[in-house]
Amino acid sequence: MRAAWLVIGTMTAVGCGGGGEQAASGGGESATQATLAPLGTGTISGMVMFTGTAPANPAIDMREEPHCAAMYGGQPTDPVVVVKDGHLANVFVRVTGGLPAGPYPRPAAAPKVDQVGCLYHPRVLGVMTGQALTIANSDSLLHNIKAVPTTNRGFNVSQPRAGMTREHVFNQAEIMVPLECNVHGWMKAYVGVVDHPYFAVSSESGTFSIGGLPPGTYQLEAWHERFGTKTGEVTIGADGKGTVSFTYAATS
Amino acid sequence: MTTVAHPSEHATHAGHELPFIRKYIFSTDHKIIGIQFLLMSLVFLFVGGLLAMLIRWQQAYPGAAIPGAAVLPETMAPGGILLPEFYNSLVTMHGTFMIFFAIMPLLVGVFGNYLIPLKIGAPDMAFPRINMWSFWIAVPAGILMLAGFFVEGGHAAAGWTSYAPLSANPEFSGVYAGQKLWLLSIAILGLSSILGATNYITTVVNMRAPGMTWFRLPLSIWALFITAILVLLAIPILSGAAIMLFFDQTIGTHFFAPAGGGQPLLWQHLFWYFGHPEVYILILPAMGMVSDIIANGSRKPIFGYHSMVYAIIAIAFLGWVVWGHHMFQSGMNPTLGMGFMISTLLIAVPSAIKTFNWMGTMWQGSIRFHVPMLHAISFVAMFVIGGLSGVFMASTPVDIYIHDTYFIVAHIHYVLFGGSLFALFAAITFWYPKMFGRMMSPFWGKVHWLLTFVFFNLTFFPMHSLGVYGHMRRIYDPTQYEFLQPLMGLNKFITVSALLLFASQAIFVVNFISSWFRGAKAPDNPWEDNGLEWTVASPPPHGNFAGVPTVHHGPYEFSAPGVAEDYLPQSSPARTAVPRTEGRRAEP
Amino acid sequence: MQWILPDGASTFAGDIDFLYYVILVITGIAFLVVELGLLWFAVKYRARPGRRATYTHGSLRAEIVWTAIPAVSVVVLGLMSGGVWNHVKGRDSVPAEALPYRVLARQFEWHVTHPGPDGQLDTPDDFTIRNQLHMPVDRPIVVHLAAEDVIHSFFVPAFRVKQDAVPGMEIPVWFEATKAGRFELACAELCGLGHYRMGAEVMVHAADEFASWTAAQAAARTQ
Repeated sequence: MRAAWLVIGTMTAVGCGGGGEQAASGGGESATQATLAPLGTGTISGMVMFTGTAPANPAIDMREEPHCAAMYGGQPTDPVVVVKDGHLANVFVRVTGGLPAGPYPRPAAAPKVDQVGCLYHPRVLGVMTGQALTIANSDSLLHNIKAVPTTNRGFNVSQPRAGMTREHVFNQAEIMVPLECNVHGWMKAYVGVVDHPYFAVSSESGTFSIGGLPPGTYQLEAWHERFGTKTGEVTIGADGKGTVSFTYAATS
Repeated sequence: MTTVAHPSEHATHAGHELPFIRKYIFSTDHKIIGIQFLLMSLVFLFVGGLLAMLIRWQQAYPGAAIPGAAVLPETMAPGGILLPEFYNSLVTMHGTFMIFFAIMPLLVGVFGNYLIPLKIGAPDMAFPRINMWSFWIAVPAGILMLAGFFVEGGHAAAGWTSYAPLSANPEFSGVYAGQKLWLLSIAILGLSSILGATNYITTVVNMRAPGMTWFRLPLSIWALFITAILVLLAIPILSGAAIMLFFDQTIGTHFFAPAGGGQPLLWQHLFWYFGHPEVYILILPAMGMVSDIIANGSRKPIFGYHSMVYAIIAIAFLGWVVWGHHMFQSGMNPTLGMGFMISTLLIAVPSAIKTFNWMGTMWQGSIRFHVPMLHAISFVAMFVIGGLSGVFMASTPVDIYIHDTYFIVAHIHYVLFGGSLFALFAAITFWYPKMFGRMMSPFWGKVHWLLTFVFFNLTFFPMHSLGVYGHMRRIYDPTQYEFLQPLMGLNKFITVSALLLFASQAIFVVNFISSWFRGAKAPDNPWEDNGLEWTVASPPPHGNFAGVPTVHHGPYEFSAPGVAEDYLPQSSPARTAVPRTEGRRAEP
Repeated sequence: MQWILPDGASTFAGDIDFLYYVILVITGIAFLVVELGLLWFAVKYRARPGRRATYTHGSLRAEIVWTAIPAVSVVVLGLMSGGVWNHVKGRDSVPAEALPYRVLARQFEWHVTHPGPDGQLDTPDDFTIRNQLHMPVDRPIVVHLAAEDVIHSFFVPAFRVKQDAVPGMEIPVWFEATKAGRFELACAELCGLGHYRMGAEVMVHAADEFASWTAAQAAARTQ
């Protein structure tokens, strides 16, 4: 009898791999993060500029999903490059150097990605390791959400009904984890997983801000799905303010 | 053959009391092991049935919350609404549990163990300890298979056939540990089957009682013997394939992944090269036991005993050269389709022979409609439908249309439920008195038979119609297709019938359990049968026979002229010259 | 209960349907013989007091009869089926004038490459549409079927066409529609959690309509 249980135990351990461990450590980490005080009160304010003519976004043929197509006045397009008045949106910016040693508090905002009109909203977002990402479906049709990370464990789940939500925790820092829907091959989103809370995504007006930092000099990296990465540096002075800007140019 | 090779454990046969754990848990007694397999398999039969109910609910009411299913975790059914990935796991695991953990162990594990030594006049199996291990290896396999439901990523969801690359690559399925547990469990269960089969073959070859010649063996034993040979040859192929797929998943081999030079069709060839003999593993013992029971119920010798034996052997042989008929539309070279079509159509011939011989046995009989007989006749009636529907898919052009539709689902259930499971109900009710020393209630037995027969047909016969309309199988929500929308009424009808079919099984469960404690004491030979097992007490003592029995007759000497009773036990000394010439009708 | 096949819309649908009905009749007869026989025997030979079963071990003549009849039936059926099978699926049976298409199946979409106005693949006027296949009526087409990730199955019920799409293989599938209109294409092989949604439409156009549609599509894509 004991031998049989030993066999089962071993097999289960082999079969499960590290899945159980990851989930457990994630839970513990987030519990401590929630109670930590911010490291400082300084804020980085930034701007992402864009020069040149933005490339046209590809059209999406949504005829087979009248529910989604109806949400768009004309031809829906895939918002790969969102430029408004020379400002570039959906750029993921994070601090890559100059941070004091952790542990770091968890971001105040709970990250959430919604599926509306057969597109992800937002298209680009960040989460902290161990923090739960909420995935929601507002469309009354099937979406599957497939994460294709390289260091984290992937997942592939579905939401066949409107109003369904589920949570997922990434445990390893990774820039970026793509999300895709295989029912609607055009659907793409990118999740930046960072092991601290000092990240932001540029808005439609190109602005972003990263708060909760003590004075000091920080290295930053910006990422855009089409135009790649850029690095920068910013200093937060005694007044608690630092400003930085990134400029992307249209590739010929 | 004048001496019988006894197993090594002479001492345990002496009759002294063994401690409880040796007697009922880690027992080497083939009868206890058979009963252990029976209880375990019936649990899995129930689990498999429960999964089927969830599948049917989703087919009739796609996306509607299942009452009470809100207890399931949100990775399976948030708010009671089944998720597509969980639905795929349900489809996969329904097939897996039913085939590998219910029907196969019920037929081979239970009745192979229980009947072979008793019916050939042996005190036990040739290798009692190996026999014990064949059960205790099956138990962890079952636990591993159940454990898959509780791991991250959910259980295996690539169908019970586990077609690669869907089964090979977690990126495509979202299933991680589940598929690995599935493969490990199948490989371990395979070891259990191989141990059992080795035992059965050795026992039948070496341990038949004096006078039990090959052509005095009951057809149940012939069928189990041939089945054991199939198991021994087929299961290693599955185990090997499962290990290859496990390596593809874990250590980066590419047996079935084209990216690394592998070939997805290789999995299908390996799987079905095992899988088609497996189909006969799942039906031959049923045919054998039904033959015993129909002869008993008809009070007549089995019609064409020799042709029945040759038909079993022919089916077993042809079963090895028909696997390609599962793959007509797979992309296999279409020229191969021709050969596989012919061999597949030919296998209909021995099946037809068996069917007509069962009818011939009933013809001019004096039929007693006891519960086992009702189930046995139902087996013939339902197996015929499953066999005939098989002709449609054997014809390659027709298969183009009905392949992967509900026509196939109807076919497999007419063979495995209408066939194997009715035979199992017949066998369980027939040998229950011998196993437990108690009679099951004949009244509730008949009620259970009637409800099962009616609701079985109401459930599965309309599935042919779904298939004729082109309704694909393994579809989470049929309403997604316009051409399937008119079928939703039929889908609801099937679901209601299936729920009633499932509910009817409660009668069997209650009858089974309550008869164990409160049933009437069973006499030694309640059915007035000829088999050696009916000459000993119910239940038989450890070691089975007081001395070595001597066999004087074939197994089906019912209503023999010159014998007062209408049966003649195989070990009775001859009281009359029995004409044994087949092919010449002996007029009474 | 429905045993009548839905309307077919391809040149070989009739051949397949005919075989289906032949089998339906043969198996229907066998079904009635066995089921009614069982019922009749069950009633007629039920146990009654004072009657004993006939003691017999069988009849060689009966065995020969019921071996020969099914054997002959299945051989005839096999020969009839073989011809149709070669016509539909034989590697040499693809009509030479068939309009070529390329279909790539992937979770959970059909990517259909149309040959464009020149009627040939791998030329600049090809164009690819997701989940739609447009074809002319009364002209054979051949679909070069491939899969990107897992096994899918290309199933157009009205055309009686079904062929698995296998990663690493390219399999030609030909058919000729006999009716214009919209038909459904479904995935018939379990391919993952979105399998049930992996549908597409097949639009069969009249010849001139197809030509103008193709020209318009090609023009729109070269702009």
